[in-house]
Amino acid sequence: MSFIFGTIICLAIIAGTAWAFRRLGQYGTGNAPQYRDMSFGVAFGYVLALVVLVWLGLAYVASLSSNTVVANKFFFLGVAINGFILFSIAAWLFRMIGRHVGTESTRKLFRVMPLTASFGVLIILVYAILAIFAGAIAPYGQDEILQGVAANIIPGGDPALGGDPAFPLGTDQIGRDIMSRLIYGAQNTVGIAFATTLLAFFIGGSLGFLAAVVGGWTDQILSRGVDVLMAIPSLIFALLLMTIASVWSSRLGIPLTVFMVLIIAVIDSTRVFRLARAVGQNIVVMDYIEAAKLRGEGMWYLVFREILPNATAPLLAEFGLRFCFVFLTIAALSFLGVGIQPPLADWGTMVRDSAAFINFAQFAPKAALTPLLAAGAIALLTVAVNFVVDWMLHRSSGLKE
Amino acid sequence: MGNVLSIILQRLALGLLTLLIVSIVIFVAVNMLPGDFAELILGQGATPEAVKSIREDLGLDQPLVSRYFGWLGGMLTGDLGTSFSQLNFQTNMGGGAGKTVAQQIAPRFANTMFLATVTAAIAVPVAVTLGILAALYRNTIFDRAANIFTLSSISSPEFFMAYVLILFFAVLNPILPSLSNIYDGMVFSDRLNKSLLPALTLTLVVTAHMMRMTRAAIINLLASPYIEMARLKGMSPMRVIVRHALPNALAPIINVVALNLAYLITGVVVVEVVFVYPGIGQLFVDSVKIRDIPIVQACCLIFAAAYILLNLTADVMSILSNPRLRHPK
Repeated sequence: MSFIFGTIICLAIIAGTAWAFRRLGQYGTGNAPQYRDMSFGVAFGYVLALVVLVWLGLAYVASLSSNTVVANKFFFLGVAINGFILFSIAAWLFRMIGRHVGTESTRKLFRVMPLTASFGVLIILVYAILAIFAGAIAPYGQDEILQGVAANIIPGGDPALGGDPAFPLGTDQIGRDIMSRLIYGAQNTVGIAFATTLLAFFIGGSLGFLAAVVGGWTDQILSRGVDVLMAIPSLIFALLLMTIASVWSSRLGIPLTVFMVLIIAVIDSTRVFRLARAVGQNIVVMDYIEAAKLRGEGMWYLVFREILPNATAPLLAEFGLRFCFVFLTIAALSFLGVGIQPPLADWGTMVRDSAAFINFAQFAPKAALTPLLAAGAIALLTVAVNFVVDWMLHRSSGLKE
Repeated sequence: MGNVLSIILQRLALGLLTLLIVSIVIFVAVNMLPGDFAELILGQGATPEAVKSIREDLGLDQPLVSRYFGWLGGMLTGDLGTSFSQLNFQTNMGGGAGKTVAQQIAPRFANTMFLATVTAAIAVPVAVTLGILAALYRNTIFDRAANIFTLSSISSPEFFMAYVLILFFAVLNPILPSLSNIYDGMVFSDRLNKSLLPALTLTLVVTAHMMRMTRAAIINLLASPYIEMARLKGMSPMRVIVRHALPNALAPIINVVALNLAYLITGVVVVEVVFVYPGIGQLFVDSVKIRDIPIVQACCLIFAAAYILLNLTADVMSILSNPRLRHPK
């Protein structure tokens, strides 16, 4: 209750300051239009932003305190601010490098790129490198249980807290190096999501183009089937099918992950089908398709040599968005315990396994870092992909408003 | 007016038809299980007699089609069958009528509806207000910050948001409880307090989408001649948007609100698990883990029905508020 009252009083003080700020501005500048026409809401916004900035600055200073007796409440805020500054600088540097290195066309691309998009490209590159070379980068194996090492979830490797400098992010409950698992998580989670998206695009894209080219009954049957599948919320449907697949996988001895890839690919291909069919229908009426048909080209040639090259731009943007959805669905399934199965290291499972440590943050803030790192790794990649896709859509739609 | 009514009835019929087909899909999917329920309940070491008797109990010896109609009829009359875990309990412990699926689902369904209502009550006004503000001050620092913030919160997984909120509002600053242990006969304010953190998580996820769509809908309209006219009359920008743009943007906004409430259905599953909120999503996930097929089936149908209903509402609302859609060419 006192929290609510405190908030109300703070807002009232900010409102008063905003009013005074506008009034002072009007007197001080001899009623300059900038202050004369300023609405109260705008003044309120300025003051509020200032208050938030000052508070963030104070919290940052407080987060630097090295007092070990009292748990540092602002530790995470400090980490977040540090991360924000670091990533901004990295994105800026990356854009600077991109503007001077490479071919003329890539340099041109980097010149018009906003900072958010260059941040996205940078993060995607880093993740790709981590995923491909995980085996070489990670110091330990993903399911390697380190013998003779005291399990210590607290990152930092501070010997005073029972840590070991050899494991900078600590070890988990059964003694596996968390950093190695995070790196392998990039390979497993991102790799499986990427493969699933590719499969979904292959199924959805080819069926969509087929529906567009053939039309008639084929189109009707496929479209109505997709309509029905889309009427069931995707995560719910995936969970239902995973229940059934779990029985099959124990019968047949095929890993559950294979079923998961197939199930999510089929469910997601419905969305791709819609787009591919719509784009395909616009292309099918073109003259060059007519010409190809008159030349006597087959269906295969029409779909892959005539339609596909002309539909890549919208499909590519969709690929980014679909990847995010698939990635988040797989993370959610793993988090719920029915997705990627151990011993494969995976971020969703890591969050679920170490989530309870968040409650210790009251006493040792760093204890909450492990689940947040895994969840943050998921969030960071999806945010990065979304930034890039947002920029691509913005460019192609010509929304310069 | 008769025209509108017939269009709405047409949509309703289409929705019912979709639901019927969805129920067939769910039924067929569940019947793709290897073996059948009887073997699943009793496990591998079951005697043939026991399997036979359970099969007869559940009516599994009847053909597929008649079983489907039996299940569908049960669904319509509120008889959702008996859950496997309760059935096991009965057979092992003997005696005592077990809870039916309907008895298990009903209170949890009410809890989930409560959570969704609280979320909608917070999210809709906040999202529409922020969307209007972003459209009003577009291309300023406020708009850009809002853009980055909403894009980030759309693309983060729900459990990330949930744990960040728990960390800041329940652990580091104990303002709200991190566990939503809700039970019957709770005082309303207590209940609200316990479900506030899950509701805030869902709000964060849903608001971003609604806000972006509201902003886009209003900016789209700002290019219209009548907005230009209103501006030239000397109206303030706020008045132009609230009096002239907003009423015309209402159709897309209502559409977006309904679609996002439909999205809530998916989001609710993960969030309920994080906060141990006793809702239908939690029950669904638990049943998936122990392969309690009757509950999974029933929950799936309920989620699908809610999803279809909300999409239908969005459809009808947009037809009602836009006269052009009432006269399809």
